[in-house]
Amino acid sequence: MNPNWQQIVRDRLAVLRLPPAREIEIVEEVALHLEAIYEDAHADGLSEAEAQACAVQSYDWRLLECELSRVERQWQPPAATLEWLERTGGMRMESLWQDLRFGARMLLKQPGFTLIAVITLALGIGATTAIFSVVNAVLLRPLPFAQAEHIVRLWESLPQSSGLRVAVRYPNFQDWRQQNQAFTHLAAYREDGFNLQAGVEARRLEGARVTADFFNVMGVQPAQGRAFSAQEDAPGGERVVILSHALWQQSFGGDAQWLGRQLKVDGQNYTVVGIMPSGFSFPGFGYANEETHLWFPYALEAPPTGRGPHFLRVLGRLKTGATVEQARTELDTIAQRLEQSYPDTNKGSRVFMIPLHEFFSDELQRPLYVLLSAVLFVLLIACANVANLLLARNAARERELAVRASLGAGRGRLVRQLLTESLLLVTVGGTGGLLLAAWGVTLLTKFGPRDIPRLQEATLDASVLGFTLVVSVLTALIFGLAPAWQRAGLDPNAALKAGARVTGGAGQHLRKSLIVVEVALAMLLLVGAGLMLKSFVALQQVAPGFDAQGGLTMELNLPPEKYAKPEQRASLLEQMLTRLRTLPGVAFAGATHRLPLRGNSAMGFEIEGRPIAEGQPRLRANYRAITPEYFRAMGTPLIAGRTYTDEEAWRKTSAIIINQTLARRHWPNENPIGKRLRTGGNNSPWLEIIGVAADAKENGLTAEVSDGFYVAYVASAAPAMTLVLRTDTDPLSLAATATAEIRRIDAEQALSGINTLSGLLNEATAQPRFNTALLGLFALLALVLAAVGIYGVIAYAVAQRTQEIGLRMALGAQARDVLRLVIGQGMKLALFGIVLGLGGAWALTRLMGTLLFKVSPTDWLTFAGISVLVTLTVLLACYLPARRATKVDPLIALRSE
Amino acid sequence: MLGNEVKRGSTEMLILALVEDRPRHGYEIAKLIEERSDGVLQFHVASLYPLLYRMEKRGLIKGTWVEKAGQRRRRFYKVTAQGKKVLTEQRQTWSDFFAALDRVAKINPA
Repeated sequence: MNPNWQQIVRDRLAVLRLPPAREIEIVEEVALHLEAIYEDAHADGLSEAEAQACAVQSYDWRLLECELSRVERQWQPPAATLEWLERTGGMRMESLWQDLRFGARMLLKQPGFTLIAVITLALGIGATTAIFSVVNAVLLRPLPFAQAEHIVRLWESLPQSSGLRVAVRYPNFQDWRQQNQAFTHLAAYREDGFNLQAGVEARRLEGARVTADFFNVMGVQPAQGRAFSAQEDAPGGERVVILSHALWQQSFGGDAQWLGRQLKVDGQNYTVVGIMPSGFSFPGFGYANEETHLWFPYALEAPPTGRGPHFLRVLGRLKTGATVEQARTELDTIAQRLEQSYPDTNKGSRVFMIPLHEFFSDELQRPLYVLLSAVLFVLLIACANVANLLLARNAARERELAVRASLGAGRGRLVRQLLTESLLLVTVGGTGGLLLAAWGVTLLTKFGPRDIPRLQEATLDASVLGFTLVVSVLTALIFGLAPAWQRAGLDPNAALKAGARVTGGAGQHLRKSLIVVEVALAMLLLVGAGLMLKSFVALQQVAPGFDAQGGLTMELNLPPEKYAKPEQRASLLEQMLTRLRTLPGVAFAGATHRLPLRGNSAMGFEIEGRPIAEGQPRLRANYRAITPEYFRAMGTPLIAGRTYTDEEAWRKTSAIIINQTLARRHWPNENPIGKRLRTGGNNSPWLEIIGVAADAKENGLTAEVSDGFYVAYVASAAPAMTLVLRTDTDPLSLAATATAEIRRIDAEQALSGINTLSGLLNEATAQPRFNTALLGLFALLALVLAAVGIYGVIAYAVAQRTQEIGLRMALGAQARDVLRLVIGQGMKLALFGIVLGLGGAWALTRLMGTLLFKVSPTDWLTFAGISVLVTLTVLLACYLPARRATKVDPLIALRSE
Repeated sequence: MLGNEVKRGSTEMLILALVEDRPRHGYEIAKLIEERSDGVLQFHVASLYPLLYRMEKRGLIKGTWVEKAGQRRRRFYKVTAQGKKVLTEQRQTWSDFFAALDRVAKINPA
């Protein structure tokens, strides 16, 4: 009995859910075919059952379902689209998987090409990812505080400081806090060092005094315990302290019992009232080894007279909806009211504020973005190199591609195949790049400058991995699309008719253009690096104003509660320095409250006989409190007069020492020794100038030296001082004995910040060194990649022109003629690239202006020097294949096809 | 992959060539391809009808149900003007291809 073929087919095709009318047609037609196979098989002698089985098994039902599902979609795409889908094979997963397998096979068949391409891509992607991870950590990642975008840093801005920002006076801070509407909270803080007594050892730790609102401003509350109360933050309030999570874990075993216990800090007992959450370390935030571990109530007191000094660091949290501009306008209005109420002290005082995020990243944006641009250029050069490699390789596959095109493969299909190979290359290259990046980030965080905030947080996190993925895909498209499109669009007839010799001519223009672009980008990077190097060399030659060799520095903090009186601090410091001077190897022992290159403390002053006119601001100068042997310990020469005596330094003084700049500015044609000035108000005593010290750089090596003076220690009696020991031996070898000597005088004293003067100088050049080293590395990498690219193009061109060269030599051309021909070809390309690169450098290096020191962004010597370097490099890259061309045997070349 | 492309490119031409002279139904087309190629050219029968439907949608062939006396109705396919044009182009392409193969590998097509 004849099977019900229509039912059999209907059952098999039911899964397709075809429209009823269409299903009837297809079922009927396929059933007729099956029936014909059945009848033929039965006529051939098979039984009915066997014939039925034969008919059913002759159909690949799964294939029929797949094919019919594609054809019989509910929607009807246009005929052109159908034809395209048919010719390209659509996006069926089967052909994508086939593309991947085929691509992998093709890449493995040419291991040399694949290795070079993968290494080139890994270098480009790896360098880009490493630098982006730094940019991400330092500039892009939001600060780890709740709604960090609402936190702002505030200063006062004074006309006599040329509008620069200065710390805030306490009464001004109070008035801002009481009168503003724009902030939910305003808080003040001051960083300091503290001696924590743990057993017999004293440890010096970074800490901060903060007002009670501080944690509300930061949006972070203690994870255990509580923040400070307003009573604790008042003068005479209870002695309490909050610990960092790290300190609590490392020094107190993470024991919750420490809440409520007492700690000895600076000789006084403090009750632990809170433990901060893990990772919170503000204000010592983002800088290696400077994390804050202790927080104390600020307990600010109003100044006894007047509005007091500028010393507060102020933070504020904006209300929701308030902008920085609105807050600035409001506080300026308050400042104007204060100016009218206190004309003597608040004249011209306004408010300066920026978001906290900018405070950390402001000065770093330009150099970091310059570095990121540099690595992106390197990546572009890497892409151009790989594109050139692919163009050459695809030219060799011209025949294969032409045959496939003639057999029905559409352009899109071929492009897809070639792009799949590009994606495979970039996947392997990108993976290698990630490994390189991980290693690079480790090096950057370990050896990078300490004064780049949050550099230690650089890591390959989700954003960095996402960036790498995007960069990798774009890279594949950039270096893969052009060659693929160019190759896939060739006329297969023309390619097949071209004979055995692969033409590849159509790709030559593209390859040459890529080389020009590579050379131009390499020029740009090299000029930038050359300028940075010249600037760095100029920086290294700046005289810092002290002898960096043979100086040891150590930071000392005399607890104000233990040494409350100035004469106590003076006596202790004198005792310490006297004992240190007797140590073997120590030539001189001095101290200052602020080393050179570590910023400024400013003070107003008046010169005797030159009264300040009514309404005019006082003269201002930077000051440093020093001890008698300070200049000899620092190696800073006194160019006139003398230093302080012991009496003047420790007990009573009517003397002052000024710097060269102040002397030249105010006594340009006379000797200032014996002249007098005063630093306090009208009732303060005149101080006689007893010495003029050579200028020392105060605020970095590039800043001009300002007016400055050195006050005797007794005039300030600062509790925090830096000891400086001059020695002929290795300075660090003195550290242990010096520390032990200090502890013999005061066992609770802890020293910190042990460094050398050469270390201090190195820190001042750390960032420029970092920027120059990285930019130089990328520029060299770019040059090497460009040279390799040129070598490849010229070598390929030589291979293409083997017959022509053979013919020329057969007709009498000499080796030098061949050299001239081949090198000329390469140099022409390079010349275009050099000119293009010079033009680009001319335009873009101006953006680097702020990064350069004593070097113009368009320094002609650098431009010329780099042009010569690139020309010589290109010459070498062209010479090698050119030399090989001269060895061509004319007979063999002419016979080859 | 090359197999898919050969199939897709050549089968269309075979079908167009077979229906060029007169309309044929699907089973007849499959049998003729196998017979005339002495069994060399075979392909999945399950691909035949989807391919016919695809060619019909592209306007290369047109299918019509025909009921002859004493027989069940069958769907016959004939070539369209567009199909004739494509057939001519593909014949030329294959001819060029074989000429190239001959130049390289000394293959003489029958």
